[in-house]
Amino acid sequence: MDLFIVNTLSGLTYGMLLFLMASGLSIVFGLMRIINLAHGSFFLFGSYVAYAMISRGMNFWLALLLSTICVTVLALLLEKFLISRFHGNEASQVLLTLGLIFVIGDITLWIWGGDFLSIPVPSILDFSFAISESSFPIYRLFVIAIGIICAVLLWYFETKTKVGMIIRAGVDDMEMVGALGFNIKLIFSAVFLFGAALAAIGGVLSGPILGMYPKMEFEILVNSLVIVLIGGLGSWKGAFIGAILIGIIDSFGKIYLPDVSVLLIFVVMVIVLMFKPTGLFGRVES
Amino acid sequence: MLSLEDVHTYYGNSHILQGVNFTVSEGECVALLGRNGAGKTTTIHTISGLTPSKKGKIRFKDHSIEGLPANKISKLHMALVPQGRRVFSSLTVKENLLMPSRPIKHKEKGLKYWTIDEVYELFPALKLREQNMGNELSGGQQQMLAIGRALITNPQLILMDEPSEGLAPVIIDQITDIIRDLKKTGLSILVVEQNLRLACDVADRVLVMNKGHIVWEGTPDVLLNSDEILHKYLGV
Repeated sequence: MDLFIVNTLSGLTYGMLLFLMASGLSIVFGLMRIINLAHGSFFLFGSYVAYAMISRGMNFWLALLLSTICVTVLALLLEKFLISRFHGNEASQVLLTLGLIFVIGDITLWIWGGDFLSIPVPSILDFSFAISESSFPIYRLFVIAIGIICAVLLWYFETKTKVGMIIRAGVDDMEMVGALGFNIKLIFSAVFLFGAALAAIGGVLSGPILGMYPKMEFEILVNSLVIVLIGGLGSWKGAFIGAILIGIIDSFGKIYLPDVSVLLIFVVMVIVLMFKPTGLFGRVES
Repeated sequence: MLSLEDVHTYYGNSHILQGVNFTVSEGECVALLGRNGAGKTTTIHTISGLTPSKKGKIRFKDHSIEGLPANKISKLHMALVPQGRRVFSSLTVKENLLMPSRPIKHKEKGLKYWTIDEVYELFPALKLREQNMGNELSGGQQQMLAIGRALITNPQLILMDEPSEGLAPVIIDQITDIIRDLKKTGLSILVVEQNLRLACDVADRVLVMNKGHIVWEGTPDVLLNSDEILHKYLGV
């Protein structure tokens, strides 16, 4: 029973980190009809930048803020000078963002080397609580809480605000949103930056749990893509449910079915897509 | 209000509009008729900025609008009711109307100021279904929503692309009445149609388009008595 609770919480923690990454990926995908494959690089780059600051003595929370800003600026530059040139050209965007993964990956390898690094848990959250005979780090509960808070804020933003309405409309028919007087390019850029910032927050928060190592962005990216497909393109709600599902499956799979745990999430994805090709919360094209 | 002068538009390499000239005056309702592939929708898309022209002049009020993006053209108080209606299916009826509504800086003289309540007054059916999603409406209701969504941006010129497409005759009659009512509010209207009757019922002037050119221009009465034009360009 203890093991069950601990594994569930671990799965939720991983799920929430993936949610921060996948929500941005999903909404950018939904709006622009392209996958920003470099989204995982924002996640990893965010944690490396925070590591650099914290290892020089900076406070965790300030480093979280500053590295999120750094990644957002990086995303702004990439969007402005590279990605925006290929709006509407899907093949080019996939190739471009795939290339960016390698470029950003090599830059991080060059600066921080290939060793496994991790960010120390912030002291205020550096203790555990007991679940009868096991113990569970409070930091992970904090990450779960942040994930849930972000989900609630995103839900509120999406369903109750005018900007949320515009973005939902944009996932349906972006051209029509433009014809109604809204600046599509500005919406693209804003959503892209927002998604990058969420990925960076996820990356920094994952630093004390998953650590950082070369090629980690691929692992995060693949899991996030599975989440986006399971949840449905362009849906934050779908990303949230999908992320919890994948987090839990990953956590239990590694314990009960270690030989096939990597395969499990794909099996789940195939099953979901067999019954609902647009994902759990995906829009049906009318 | 609107004038096109030698406008050329391409889709990729195909030369769709090959020098289009016409005008729409203030308060006038102009119908653009023609067979499939004549270039009617491209004309609408070129004016509204969705498919920019390669050559020629387009003036709307005192502005040159060729090359402007669609959102800027919309802000000049031109609205589009697109072919296939394109209502937002993930938004409720109410949200479809709230989303594009914007406070108007200075009221244009003689024009009705549209709020969501005014749209509901024009289309009571939408009020009844305001919590339904856009894709849960019938074709006629979706057309009303598309028109309401255009009106709420408070346009001076409204472009309608085949408002009768796919609708039952009784609904087409309703849409015809609505277009007439809108004309009475002082709105300028350019309506693209395949439905000759609707077009001739609402229009002050009719343009006939063929292969990317305007080939005939005149009043509905004259058109309905020109068997040759009807046969040659409209297949009637």
